[in-house]
Amino acid sequence: MFGWEFPPHILGGLGTATYGIIKGLSLLPDMDITLCLPKPRGDEDRSFVHIIPMDCVPVVWHDVDAQYVDKRIGNRMSPQLYYDMRDHLYADFRYLHTNDLGCIEFSGRYPDNLYEEINNYSIVAGVVARQQQFDIIHAHDWLTYPAGIYAKQLSGKPLVIHVHATDFDRSRGHVNPTVYGIERDGMDHADCIMCVSELTRQTVINHYGQDPAKCFAMHNAVYPLPERIQQIVAKRKPFTEKKEKVVTFLGRITMQKGPEYFIEAAKLVIERTQNIRFCMAGCGDMMNKMIELAAAKGICHRLHFPGFMKGDQVYEAYRDSDVYVMPSVSEPFGISPLEAMQCGVPTIISKQSGCGEILTNCIKTNYWDINAMADAMYSLCTYASIHSYMQIEGKREVDQITWERVGQRIRSHYDRLIHR
Amino acid sequence: MKTICLYFEIHQNIHLKRYRFFDIGTDHYYYDDYENERSIDETAEKSYIPALQTLLEMAQENKGYFKCAMSLSGCTIELLEIHAPHVLDLICQLYDTGCLEIVSEPYSHGLSSLANERCFREEVKHLCEKVESIFGCQPKVFRNSCSIYTDEIGRMVADLGFKGMLTEGAKHILGWKSPHFVYNCAMAPKLKLLLRDNRLSEDISFRFNDYNWDEYPLFADRYMDWIAQLPEEEEEIINLFMELCALGIWQPLSSNILEFMKALPNEARKRGIKFATPSEICRNVKSVGPLNVSDPISWVDEERDVSPWLGNVMQREAYQKLYTVADRVLICNDRKLKQDWDYLQASNNFRFMSTKPGSENAYRGIYDSPYDAFTNYMNIISDFITRVNNLYPDLDNEQLSPLMTTIRNQEDELDRKDKEIEKLQKTIQILKSKTKKAKK
Repeated sequence: MFGWEFPPHILGGLGTATYGIIKGLSLLPDMDITLCLPKPRGDEDRSFVHIIPMDCVPVVWHDVDAQYVDKRIGNRMSPQLYYDMRDHLYADFRYLHTNDLGCIEFSGRYPDNLYEEINNYSIVAGVVARQQQFDIIHAHDWLTYPAGIYAKQLSGKPLVIHVHATDFDRSRGHVNPTVYGIERDGMDHADCIMCVSELTRQTVINHYGQDPAKCFAMHNAVYPLPERIQQIVAKRKPFTEKKEKVVTFLGRITMQKGPEYFIEAAKLVIERTQNIRFCMAGCGDMMNKMIELAAAKGICHRLHFPGFMKGDQVYEAYRDSDVYVMPSVSEPFGISPLEAMQCGVPTIISKQSGCGEILTNCIKTNYWDINAMADAMYSLCTYASIHSYMQIEGKREVDQITWERVGQRIRSHYDRLIHR
Repeated sequence: MKTICLYFEIHQNIHLKRYRFFDIGTDHYYYDDYENERSIDETAEKSYIPALQTLLEMAQENKGYFKCAMSLSGCTIELLEIHAPHVLDLICQLYDTGCLEIVSEPYSHGLSSLANERCFREEVKHLCEKVESIFGCQPKVFRNSCSIYTDEIGRMVADLGFKGMLTEGAKHILGWKSPHFVYNCAMAPKLKLLLRDNRLSEDISFRFNDYNWDEYPLFADRYMDWIAQLPEEEEEIINLFMELCALGIWQPLSSNILEFMKALPNEARKRGIKFATPSEICRNVKSVGPLNVSDPISWVDEERDVSPWLGNVMQREAYQKLYTVADRVLICNDRKLKQDWDYLQASNNFRFMSTKPGSENAYRGIYDSPYDAFTNYMNIISDFITRVNNLYPDLDNEQLSPLMTTIRNQEDELDRKDKEIEKLQKTIQILKSKTKKAKK
């Protein structure tokens, strides 16, 4: 598998989803999974997956002794694997900037020279694909598509690509032609395209011109909350005892997530109620604009911007919320509503969100319909019965959505591709 | 001797409009006029008019032989008066042939029978007045909204002077007993109960046009054979109850459902089966025993209980909120408020909030989900309750209930005294006539 992010160092939903898919697949009896990551830190959970750090794979031959290799990268990759990789160099890459081990450095994030990093990633993938033995190539998101294509060309094995998002979602239709080109190329070469929702599948079919027969909707899932986090969530105050109710938006404050609709709806509610507060957690390129918008509407006394939440803070935010809102303009899937429902928070999502396809116990509105959204917020904060119904039934529903089932479905597609 | 008792319900609810929480306190009009007109027009055109014309033909061809019964909810009468008066004309024509009996029901088609007795009595009286003004008759038989029945409801209905009541032949109530007999209410032995044969009724109303049904296609002769082949006892009543829109909407006209209906009387006659109206049956057939129903039954869904309207916490909250003001609405004189009260009680409003498994694709009117329906309804009744409470601003609920009890007690006392006076007056008259005779 080719991936870009992996817990615990994640920047968005991609890492969480990659982890879930691998974990779900690893629960099946005869799966052996190797994951290539640009820059793992060494503290990833390796109990069920082999991780190859791409920044430890040589592309230029250097004569280094085992002790030195062990000292440099031992915590992330065995020296033996380093030498095995070094035996499979395939071209002269001395013109590239490499370090003393002959490896290319990666940031593992989304830097300004992302295209260069993507290109380097696929160069390294060439070495890995020559050395490793495998039956299926699975590439997550457009950053790794070129690597996947290259590996397919080298090995002749079937390529599965996993579309976690498309540039149409990220840019509200104003696509970046370079990114589109990479995405399109990946899809054209793929033997099977797994999309995180039917919504994404339709985008792939209609905007990328793919054959519907090779596109499948493969909805994400969630992991059961660990004991420690359940304890955090259990400290929630009962709804009826809370004088002030809190409505929360949590996510990147970017165009795709529709933050301005949240603020517009909040304004309608704040104008007419005394006991409802709003919280817009997260950061992003539209954050300052949103603060300005809230100030212009004169609702900053009841709308708060606590900034980026990490680790347990996220769950504390869920615990203290009475309603979770995701007004995304275009959301390929959106795991966060599922997480909120796991924590017992009634959820409002836009109809333009992929996760809505597998959820029934949440309120769905159009992202632009601020009246409906405000009405749903008010209703959940005011009427105890709908709140408790959605709290209990929502949690019950989400607990049924497991990665294990996703793993089984992915596996059935693998089997079909291998025995084709 | 087998007897068929055919009954049709005519009910269309008044659709509520999209009502946001910021309309609370500013907008007191709750109805979607366009949707109301559209839906009643559609139902009248596709179902009521052709179905009633067919029934009229059947009545004219089988004079004195074919009989049936119908009930209309008050809200539906109002809708028909405004948007489709010719449907009412057809019902009147059918009534004039003498084959039709009008059955009473609560005005609003709501759940007041479970919530508030006084409110229920008022509603039933209201509908009886309405029926009298249109047909010039007083209904003698009652059917509750959605055929909801308990012993307690039976008692209230008997108190109102009805001779019989129609309800569901629910399996879990009947057990080994047959729905083909007349029973009586456990709390009011004089009230006779006619129980629906749900299999034979739903063969027409639900399954008639179902290609996957192994009896498809159903013809009148076979249907009558089924009835004729039922085990013969001295008096068998086969109660076929359904909504009138089963003919035309649930079973489209293209399924030839009306031809099927038209053929029924002749096929019945061949097999010695007759038709009767509910009050004829109540008059002529003896009850075989009391029927105990402690928990409410209805004619909807597999469970035949009230779960379609009161199955989840949202429905129960809405229901309780609504009936908190029942007493206040009763004592007020504001006609607009009383009208809203009728429309808001309709059971359909609660049905839209159902989250029962299998209800995912159910008809929900203008709403896209049960949550949407709940939110909209709660917003409307929030406004409604505020209006009611504004009528009695200095009175909270705790003060109200002792007052209501006092009023009720005084009413009872007055009734008693009226009767006593009547009695005494009679005695006086008798005495007077006696003294006159004595003088002579």
